[in-house]
Amino acid sequence: MSQILNALFAPQFFSSEPVHAALVVGAVVALVTGAVGVFTVIRGQAFAGHALGEVGSAGGSAAFLGGVNPLWGFMGMSIVAAGAIELLGLHRPRSRDVATGLVLGAGLGLAALFLYLDSTSSSTTGVTVTILFGSLFAVSQPMLPSIVTLSLIALAVIVVCYRMLLLSSLSTDLAVARGVPVRAISAAYLVIMAVAVSLAAETIGAILATALLVGPPATALRLTKRPGGALVVAGLVGVAAVWVGIVLAYDSFYWPPAGHGWPVSFFVVALVFVFYLVAGWVAAAAQARRIRRVMAAARVAASGCEPHVDADAA
Amino acid sequence: MFWGLLTDTWIAATMVAVIAGVVGFFVVLRGEAFAAHAIPHGAFSGAAGAVLLGVNTLVGLGVFAVGGALGIGALGRRGRHDVATALALVVMLGLGALFLSFSVEYAAEVYSLLFGEILGVPSDELLPIALLGIVCIAAIALLYRPLMLTSISPEVAEVRGVPGRRIETAFLLVVALAATMTVPVVGVLLMFSLMIGPAATARSLTNSPLRAIGLSVVLALAIVWIAITLSYLTNFPVGFFVGTLGAVSFGCARGWTAWRAGRAAGSGAGSGPLPAPAHSSATAGSTS
Repeated sequence: MSQILNALFAPQFFSSEPVHAALVVGAVVALVTGAVGVFTVIRGQAFAGHALGEVGSAGGSAAFLGGVNPLWGFMGMSIVAAGAIELLGLHRPRSRDVATGLVLGAGLGLAALFLYLDSTSSSTTGVTVTILFGSLFAVSQPMLPSIVTLSLIALAVIVVCYRMLLLSSLSTDLAVARGVPVRAISAAYLVIMAVAVSLAAETIGAILATALLVGPPATALRLTKRPGGALVVAGLVGVAAVWVGIVLAYDSFYWPPAGHGWPVSFFVVALVFVFYLVAGWVAAAAQARRIRRVMAAARVAASGCEPHVDADAA
Repeated sequence: MFWGLLTDTWIAATMVAVIAGVVGFFVVLRGEAFAAHAIPHGAFSGAAGAVLLGVNTLVGLGVFAVGGALGIGALGRRGRHDVATALALVVMLGLGALFLSFSVEYAAEVYSLLFGEILGVPSDELLPIALLGIVCIAAIALLYRPLMLTSISPEVAEVRGVPGRRIETAFLLVVALAATMTVPVVGVLLMFSLMIGPAATARSLTNSPLRAIGLSVVLALAIVWIAITLSYLTNFPVGFFVGTLGAVSFGCARGWTAWRAGRAAGSGAGSGPLPAPAHSSATAGSTS
């Protein structure tokens, strides 16, 4: 038994401090982005979600320059960007795509400037890679309480606004008819998404932020049509991807080429993608089975042998 | 001082701007900004992989750009388009993170690939850029009618038997080609900003497609030239100027059309949710 455990988990996996922090932060971030992401996917705002994460890196690099904690830089910039997207995209829903693109372009321009200033002031090019790609193992311990608190706030807002958010995401007309303040909900949602994504982008990198925001929720929505169920499944899939990714990344120190760990971002993204594809096949198989069953029932009904229908269903 | 040092840069930037202006118009028209961002950004990972394998960067960029375009097309067939784009992007970037972690010496080049180092265009890259650029423009010219039709009215296109899905994939491949040639020169982010900013500005000023394409090219050229000059003078990265100038030009155009619409409404000439075409084409003429 212990041999199996040793084969699965590399030595010192459970006693390593960075691994503990990574497991906790990864799970918290995966839960929040999963919950927020279900609405991102339903509302078709994956681009905005991705853009907010990338624009946040401009704030992160600015904070780095000013000696402030990057988390606040990420979050402030993302929220500003969310406001800009909302303002620019107000007129027509179709111009939202362009509005997001413009904000993303401007934000990336700012990121280029700040990263340039960072690298000239501290003469490290590693800053670019750290800020853009991030690493779960580099989560700083003192930030844990603020990250967890902010995540819980974001989750709480999603839970409190759940019904209004769902209604306005599924059918704007119906929501308006029911008296839901659609525009306010839309703006509030963008802000929540900005908070969730910038938390994720700061702690685990912009790539993983997008991956966790879109991948697990899309997987969940393939598996279940119920939004509440999708929230739970998305959270579970996200946490599974992050934890298995951390284990694999930790193990990979012992893989060839020896002494070189593979990046955790790679594993998590790969897992997220595999889950999405598998969910597609599962959904397709379930669909085919349902169709076959209906066809069989129809055939049986046509031949006049009713009892067989019940037997089939059971 | 300017010309001797920077002749190659000016030539490269001019070609890039023309292509970005033309392709960008369709990106904005079709609402494919996400794909236009994802393909070059993901292709950047291909460059990292090429360095790792010791192959020419252009090959890596090309393989990943084309792979990304096809991947978005394939995934989009059975899922939401934006989800497909996001997943294709993160998969490519995840591979990029893997490649980067194996090639340490590459980290210094990451910045210039992302944000462009236009002040160091090697002259032997001009010919490939020109060739790929011609292919892009030719492909757009060939696809012009079906592209317009499927963008503006998918229903009519379907009735006429235009294969919407194939046109879509073909267009994404054009974006991939454009990304391949321009990324090593101007960087992932510059290319994206250059496709969106000028084209969005042009679209908000005029409704005539050909005039919008022309205006978009003119604006892209102006933005790139100004950005290079400012970058040369201040030493700041080109991507910063291109990104902000694109957003500023769009903001100005929006303000201008809103002001025109406000005046038209004030004088009782009637107003709609969209800017009146007659007015906007007049402004477009004066701007170009």
